[in-house]
Amino acid sequence: MRILIKGGRIIDPVENKDKTLDVLIENGKISALEKKLAADGAVTVDASGLLVAPGLIDMHVHLREPGYEAKETIETGLKAAVRGGFTGVACMPNTNPVADNQTVIKYIIDRASALGLARVWPIGALTRGSRGEQLTEMADLKNAGAAALSDDGRPVAGSGIMRRAMQYARMVGLTVISHCEDPELAAGGSMNEGFISTRLGLKGIPGAAEEVMVARDIILSELTGCPLHIAHVSTRGSVRLVREAKARGLKVTAEATPHHFTLTDAAVEGYNTSTKVNPPLRGEADVAAIKEGLADGTIDVIATDHAPHTMEEKDVEYDSAPFGLVGLETAVGLVWRELVRPGILTPAEAVAKMTVNPARLLGIEKDTLRPGAVADITIIDPSLEETVDPLSFASKGRNTPFAGWKLKGLPVLTMVGGKIVYSHAGIKIL
Amino acid sequence: MGLKNKDLLGIEHFSPEEILLVLDTAASMKEIIGRQIKKVPTLRGKTVVNVFYEPSTRTRTSFELAAKYLSADSINISASGSSVVKGESLRDTSATIAALGADVVVLRHPMAGAPVLVAGQVKAAVINAGDGAHEHPTQALLDMYTVRDKKGALEGLKIAIVGDILHSRVARSDIWGFTRMGARVRVCGPSTMLPPGLENMGVEVFHRMEEALSGADVIIMLRIQLERQQQGLFPSVREYARLFGLNSEKLALAKPGALVMHPGPINRGVEIATEVAYGVQAVINEQVTNGLAVRMALLYLLAGGVAQ
Repeated sequence: MRILIKGGRIIDPVENKDKTLDVLIENGKISALEKKLAADGAVTVDASGLLVAPGLIDMHVHLREPGYEAKETIETGLKAAVRGGFTGVACMPNTNPVADNQTVIKYIIDRASALGLARVWPIGALTRGSRGEQLTEMADLKNAGAAALSDDGRPVAGSGIMRRAMQYARMVGLTVISHCEDPELAAGGSMNEGFISTRLGLKGIPGAAEEVMVARDIILSELTGCPLHIAHVSTRGSVRLVREAKARGLKVTAEATPHHFTLTDAAVEGYNTSTKVNPPLRGEADVAAIKEGLADGTIDVIATDHAPHTMEEKDVEYDSAPFGLVGLETAVGLVWRELVRPGILTPAEAVAKMTVNPARLLGIEKDTLRPGAVADITIIDPSLEETVDPLSFASKGRNTPFAGWKLKGLPVLTMVGGKIVYSHAGIKIL
Repeated sequence: MGLKNKDLLGIEHFSPEEILLVLDTAASMKEIIGRQIKKVPTLRGKTVVNVFYEPSTRTRTSFELAAKYLSADSINISASGSSVVKGESLRDTSATIAALGADVVVLRHPMAGAPVLVAGQVKAAVINAGDGAHEHPTQALLDMYTVRDKKGALEGLKIAIVGDILHSRVARSDIWGFTRMGARVRVCGPSTMLPPGLENMGVEVFHRMEEALSGADVIIMLRIQLERQQQGLFPSVREYARLFGLNSEKLALAKPGALVMHPGPINRGVEIATEVAYGVQAVINEQVTNGLAVRMALLYLLAGGVAQ
């Protein structure tokens, strides 16, 4: 099958391209990238006025399967991914059983490849059962296909075991992704600690709960030489710590989520449990610092921390609700709204943080539109505007704080390995 | 005029006019409480459901009596004796109560925001009878009633609130209420029990009780929960009582005739010395009586009762 994407603006951060070209896809690969290509009999996608980017990667999602299929399955999660413009996701190991062994890793990979939607790179657990006590069989996990290691959601409290885990991960050649949260400082909290938590009477989680562990893990990365990726940076202090670490030449990278650069803790007003997320939504100065960190390259990656929950789990008192919100299907719109249109990032810079940067971290070879490359492609319509309707999500999760928001700049076509896995009703395919 | 919203969820979004309306209505209710036969037909045919997810003596009894004096039918549901122990969610419990035809739901809940959830779910008026560390609006209204009753007005008064502000819904509601009525509020407590951003609520913050009490017209002492010591929030009852307990020596720093208030139940000898709790300046029991009047006023205003 041949597909011709005509007249699109090519955004390729790897090739440093930003111009209007046609793309021809044959046998799952990009075969030509030129002006005014003609291809008889090819399926033609009219991309005039649209951005054609390498396939977006979300390196932080929770697919929930195995174990929590009421929240999400690999299938619904990947349908949400492709609807959100993502051709690949890395999924966190806090399933049940935990992805701390090769069997679970292989199960996820097999399920995902049978579906033929987005690609999946499972992240293996850092410690057994993510209990922070014993190391996982990291070499085995890597052989089975784990792309990185993390105890996301259950931060490793002990500095000793974290040191050993990082030493071992370095030997194996996997990046450690750290969800930084000091459990004692965060204990019992539901939202950011500040004036709003005081007013609402909710227990606060201070920014220091995150920063203490960001600092510790940077120090341990320096000690062990293990590449460290800080997940979902939420505070000004964390941005500063990462910036300093990078300036000293350490192998430290960081990600930010759309909700952390879009919302503040003011969104918690009214006790909407879809605003309950960990780390919590922070203050204005933190949001500004994250945007600054994205602009100056301190923050390498935009990832969603897509965390679906069921309606009944979230339809409770704020304190009783689980942490997490869904992000796959609103990410691109929020990136355009908060970062691209205000000029904080160019389209190419934004795309880099959702393609080549996470790909490098995960050790994935791809994410370019060069001829010969695998045809994972995302087409974005920068002028398409739609209202966020959770009921239209492909994800089982409806827990979004952005319901009713008008987002402009949306994915309209997602192609994985030369196959169109999602297309918006408005795009012209002949 | 009446109250703007169908519910009373907090004082933060209550206007001075609404506060005055409640206090003035409570004054006429207090007259009923003083009668030989304490019953008027105002809310006949109305149903008040008290839903208490936390233990409570005075607030629950007060709402129950308030409903009875106004001839409403009132029933009590406590978490321990209801479907809550079977795992029923708050939303489903409130849907059940709504389906039974309650006109007013009075809710006490250990988690902040629970009444907001219920209010969005039921047609009935929801009265927050205390939600976590968020608000306890009827306590603030009865405190304001008591102070106005004793001092004539609220404007310009110096009100000192002392104790565990961090966990106190009473403190938050009192701060909103008294500042809105033009009083000057000071809060005082150990640094571990003062939540961030208090200054943004328009109060002055103190750690030394002597400074906070100096020239005060009203002292509101808060209950200290003794288990906070295990949580590392204060070192010992002994030191807490010495630094933040009200005794007659410290009371002497306030204005002569300053009122001593406490939402109860009190830890005598901890946050308040016995001689002060039973002293002439204490109005702790009058607060309880006034609470009844204030709750009658609220039931009347929110249940749409017919005037006699």
